[in-house]
Amino acid sequence: MCLAIPGKIVELLAGSATGALVEVIGVRRKIDLGLLADDMPVPGDWVLIHVGFAMSKISDADARDQLEMLRLLGESEAATAEVTGYGLGDEDDGQVRQ
Amino acid sequence: MKFVDEFRDDELIGRARDEIDRLADPSRHYRIMEVCGGHTHAIYRFGLKDVLPPNIELIHGPGCPVCVLPMGRIDDGLSIAEQPEVIFAAFGDMMRVPGTKGSPLDHQARGMDVRIVYSPLDALKLARSNPDRHVMFFAIGFETTAPSTALTLMRARAEGVANFSVFCNHVTIVPAIRAILDSPDMRLDAFVGPGHVSTVIGCRPYEWIARDEGRPIVVSGFEPLDILQAIVMLLRQIAERRAEVENAYRRVVPWEGNRAALRAMADVFELRPYFEWRGLGFISQSALRIRDEYAPWDAERRFVVPSLRVTDPKAAQCGEVLKGVLKPAQCKLFGKECTPERPVGALMVSSEGSCAAYFNYEHRKVAADSATAQV
Repeated sequence: MCLAIPGKIVELLAGSATGALVEVIGVRRKIDLGLLADDMPVPGDWVLIHVGFAMSKISDADARDQLEMLRLLGESEAATAEVTGYGLGDEDDGQVRQ
Repeated sequence: MKFVDEFRDDELIGRARDEIDRLADPSRHYRIMEVCGGHTHAIYRFGLKDVLPPNIELIHGPGCPVCVLPMGRIDDGLSIAEQPEVIFAAFGDMMRVPGTKGSPLDHQARGMDVRIVYSPLDALKLARSNPDRHVMFFAIGFETTAPSTALTLMRARAEGVANFSVFCNHVTIVPAIRAILDSPDMRLDAFVGPGHVSTVIGCRPYEWIARDEGRPIVVSGFEPLDILQAIVMLLRQIAERRAEVENAYRRVVPWEGNRAALRAMADVFELRPYFEWRGLGFISQSALRIRDEYAPWDAERRFVVPSLRVTDPKAAQCGEVLKGVLKPAQCKLFGKECTPERPVGALMVSSEGSCAAYFNYEHRKVAADSATAQV
């Protein structure tokens, strides 16, 4: 759970101070930018995501390297599952997920 | 078979290997601890042990949050969730970690309402969408994860979500490193510093390791080249009789850390006087609890907690493996009673646990090699 997932900011969400839409491995999900309050990212920036929060901004090249590393670590599926899981209840309002 | 060969930067990796060979004194033995479980996973996955000379020994550190959590805390959390109105929410990593009466998934099979969440915010959301229930988020993690729990609690308070609480097991890495250095059976020459914990806390909290203990520490990323370069930097410090904190992961880790994250943690959490770690025992000021201002969202104050101390299964030697005194395969249960499919100890559950990493990469490799040899 120490590994972080790179995502690209697609849109800052209106009506939420720190919500953003990101694209990760082809999946779009809502994450929170509250931990980057001192240096808020803008659409197009890459961030490292951990448990639904952006932890740090990274360069495009580092984001690509990080994605490749997740693949080699055999963590791509876990990363996709995690990101797909963000926003539990958005579609199905709290069904049990496994 | 060297997994690392499939990685890019072959030339750079070759150069790092040459540099390691040049710097390592063949007449001495080096014991280097990688603190973080993410590094442990990467080291096994990429077969980095195969590219290091035999006199460089990597010792796996305490930085796997699932692995260091004592069984009593799992039992305590699950005992709260015995109440029918409570929903037990936790990250997927926690779900197969055994408590005395089974893992959270075992409890789910017996009828407990157990949910996997991928973010603490989703546990809060679960509370909002289930107003007649109580959602308890079983929080684990080092400083990488604690700020996210902190922001979630700030939001719960701001929005007045009354049916939500956190059972806080957040721990801090520096006191664990201190406990390991103080341990008489531990001889370490240097540390590979954690990557993502350091994005939050920065590099300053490690300065005493170099200054007072004379041990070099290099904060590293997770790619094979990152880890090998960190080892090069550590060997160079040792060769030049220096002990410093160096940051080899500057593309992600700022020296001062993430101030917004540190503020959130300081607003919501305070240090516990002491906390029990599996394998390391009680360590003072090594974990976080929820401040009085957030008492209504603190599961330990809201519910009666048995606070039982539970000893680990006798045959399992998780503690010795966690401290690096035993290698995973030296435990009596390794690969027999205890496997990733049916873990007895937590180190076999998480992919960051040294037993699971060793089993998935080394053990299976050895089994495959010997099968090939027999053909």
